[in-house]
Amino acid sequence: MTAQLELPPQPTLSRVGTLLRARELGIGIVIAIVFVTATLKNHAFANSHSVQQLLTGAALIALLGVGETLVIVTRNVDLSVGSVVGLSAYVVGSTFKHHPHMPILLGFVLGIAIGAAIGAINGLITTVARVPSLVVTLAALYIIRGVDGVIVNGKTIDPGSIPKVFQEVGYRTLFGVPWLAIIVAVVVAVVGYAMRSFRAGRDLYAIGSNPDAAALAGVPTGRRVFTAFLVSGSLAGLAGALFLALHAQVDVTGGNGYELTVIAAVVVGGVAIFGGSGTVLGAALGAVLLNTINQALVASKVSAFWNDAIAGALLLAAIAFDRWLSLRIARNLRSAEGAHRNV
Amino acid sequence: MKGFIAVKSGREEPVVAEQPQAPLLVLAKATKSFGAVQALTEGSITLYAGEAHALLGENGAGKSTLVKILAGVHRPDSGVLEVGGQPLTLHGPASSRAVGISIIYQEPTLFPDLSVAENIYMGRQPLAAGRRIDRARMRKDAEAVFAQLGVALDPDRLARGLSVADQQIVEIAKALSLEAKVLVMDEPTAALTGVEVERLFEVMRTLRNQGAAVLFISHRLEEVFASCQRVTIMRDGRYVRTAAIEDLTVDDIIRSMVGRDLDTLFPKTETVPGEVILQVENLNREGVFSDISFEVRRGEIVALAGLVGAGRSEVARAIFGIDRRSSGVVRISGTELSNGSPQASMAAGMALVPEDRRQQGLVMELGLDQNIALASLGRLSKFGIIRRASEGAIALTWAERLQLKFSRLKNPVSTLSGGNQQKAVLGKWLARRPTLLIIDEPTRGIDVGTKAEVHRILDGLVAEGMAILMISSELPEVLGMADRVLVLHEGRLTAELSRDEADENSIMRAASGLDAGAAA
Repeated sequence: MTAQLELPPQPTLSRVGTLLRARELGIGIVIAIVFVTATLKNHAFANSHSVQQLLTGAALIALLGVGETLVIVTRNVDLSVGSVVGLSAYVVGSTFKHHPHMPILLGFVLGIAIGAAIGAINGLITTVARVPSLVVTLAALYIIRGVDGVIVNGKTIDPGSIPKVFQEVGYRTLFGVPWLAIIVAVVVAVVGYAMRSFRAGRDLYAIGSNPDAAALAGVPTGRRVFTAFLVSGSLAGLAGALFLALHAQVDVTGGNGYELTVIAAVVVGGVAIFGGSGTVLGAALGAVLLNTINQALVASKVSAFWNDAIAGALLLAAIAFDRWLSLRIARNLRSAEGAHRNV
Repeated sequence: MKGFIAVKSGREEPVVAEQPQAPLLVLAKATKSFGAVQALTEGSITLYAGEAHALLGENGAGKSTLVKILAGVHRPDSGVLEVGGQPLTLHGPASSRAVGISIIYQEPTLFPDLSVAENIYMGRQPLAAGRRIDRARMRKDAEAVFAQLGVALDPDRLARGLSVADQQIVEIAKALSLEAKVLVMDEPTAALTGVEVERLFEVMRTLRNQGAAVLFISHRLEEVFASCQRVTIMRDGRYVRTAAIEDLTVDDIIRSMVGRDLDTLFPKTETVPGEVILQVENLNREGVFSDISFEVRRGEIVALAGLVGAGRSEVARAIFGIDRRSSGVVRISGTELSNGSPQASMAAGMALVPEDRRQQGLVMELGLDQNIALASLGRLSKFGIIRRASEGAIALTWAERLQLKFSRLKNPVSTLSGGNQQKAVLGKWLARRPTLLIIDEPTRGIDVGTKAEVHRILDGLVAEGMAILMISSELPEVLGMADRVLVLHEGRLTAELSRDEADENSIMRAASGLDAGAAA
């Protein structure tokens, strides 16, 4: 190139960039603050049993948050996860009741299969018929609840009909860490790595960030969005089986209202509700944070009613923080660019 | 080879060397319709290795449809596409890219939430073992492309917040990194200023020297003459002619595009300025511009020139009251306007036609009638209830006066062409009968024919006694239309030039801050 133009270096975003990357760190710090404050008020909060309860309590929401993150990152939403948990838990439970000697692994496979089937239907209607996912999965939420109600027919699966080994998954620990937490951590690690380091994962961010541009860049948008729903459904099905293992009983109310808790956790965890950014680790930490606050309030003997109000306030705070951050980025860039533009 | 006229002599660079040479890409007699609308009746183009080929035509001539066929976005209803002598069918954007066609679209197609490097390599990120994305290499590759372009963009920064010019540079980097055989650029310069356009031409030369063909679409004919060897002209969805650039004059091209003669491009008539309408004194907005003082008189067009980012639109926004001013006074006909109140400015007789008409000027889903009436609702309503009949009446008056082409007043304005949308925005503000019209890039992205009409309309308005403040990045427009030219550089007024003093040289010097001492 002959006429090379000398330009001063562009403004970089190193500082703000670090801040963004540190979003997970930020949530970690808030969790630590809540934990320490609660421990100061009630020393029992820090004992190993209580910590195990913290992790176990957050595990299911964190697991659902992983799938929900995949879907939300593509500018969609999956509202059916709570219903899938309920259906999967009951069907797995009643299968164990009728076939007590079924291998426990098959129980998990069955749960995942139920979730995968529902996820596939959600994904197909969203991508092929191009119905907004909010409508599709809201319909799925009610349909599955209804079907669940018919199947359950007022009955309850009780601990007696669930194999002991299966129940152990819900309460046993490995080196002091609950199995549930380990399972979820593995899922977070695997999915998180795939989202970061594989083309298919990056495609999801591209779709959420600018769907038209993604199509022009040759990203198979329909297939990717379908996969996101499939994974979300499968993880919800797995969460249903784990729900059964954890509570050792299930009736028609199992998983009721989980969908909104999950979305709250995901948003608190830094996943943009309109797609394009956020990580599964953030979503999982968001679930831990919400549960830690919940337990801290109980331990501090604050009325349980405050719980929801605080979760709501936290949501607002998370969104306000995002807004503030993006305005700041825009302002920094504008002033820096004004200086660089006029060479 | 139909319609091809061989280049007789290479002008500055004999790149379209020894004919006959096999064409790199041939699209012959492609047709495409959307429902009842025939967007393309005969789309034909032949590209040779090493040439820059301009595709010209008015808005709605079918250029974008032809580009989208090459991009694999639209499947043609009939017609033949050959690349390197091989007939082929494109199944989507990915398969177009696979045969070496790369497109830079009119509107940047970036992912705001992803890094610049990832924007460049989306869908084809370099892979390490196990099909993992090799981020280090992706970063290094992006840096290498930027080095080749001579720009210093940080590959790790997010695309969000990039200026339009920098977004376009990322698009160019994307195309360059593809090592495309055919590079299609759909109005890449619409948002660029002098320096960046130069850089773009440099890239085009590099690519041509590497044996690529460049298809260049632009409404700026001077750019076509500066950078292209051959020209293909389209009109009403049909191929008209292909010719070597030296066999054509601007008039030839316009005649072929429009299908008729245009009397003159810039019909500015001499007017005698009357009393002062707009008076701006020591206008400041911290960090954006400072110490801006000027006047606009009845019956004159004052142009605000400068590079992108010099603060032209920002000054206009502060005058109108969209942005608050830090200090300074704005008067309309001697009355001081309150700070930060567009309502007060409108009541005082000011109107602002924004640059981005889709986003800021029109409600795309509403009809032409409702859009034109939108700024005059106060006058059109009785006891707060809008009279639909008067909406239609006022819209019709202005649509006719502006020679707006539309099928039905009620049809959403999104169905209008770009030039007619621009007229609709103009009509909306003119319906208020303002005394001062501020117009930002009045003819950006519209075709030559409509451009001349818009210029004629502006000329007619000042003849009737309106005062116009016009922001424009197109020098010919500034030189042709303005009675006086104000030049901004980094938020400061660096020159005030009379019609006689203003020429390309004096404006560009002031716009780059070279004549900073000679400020008005």
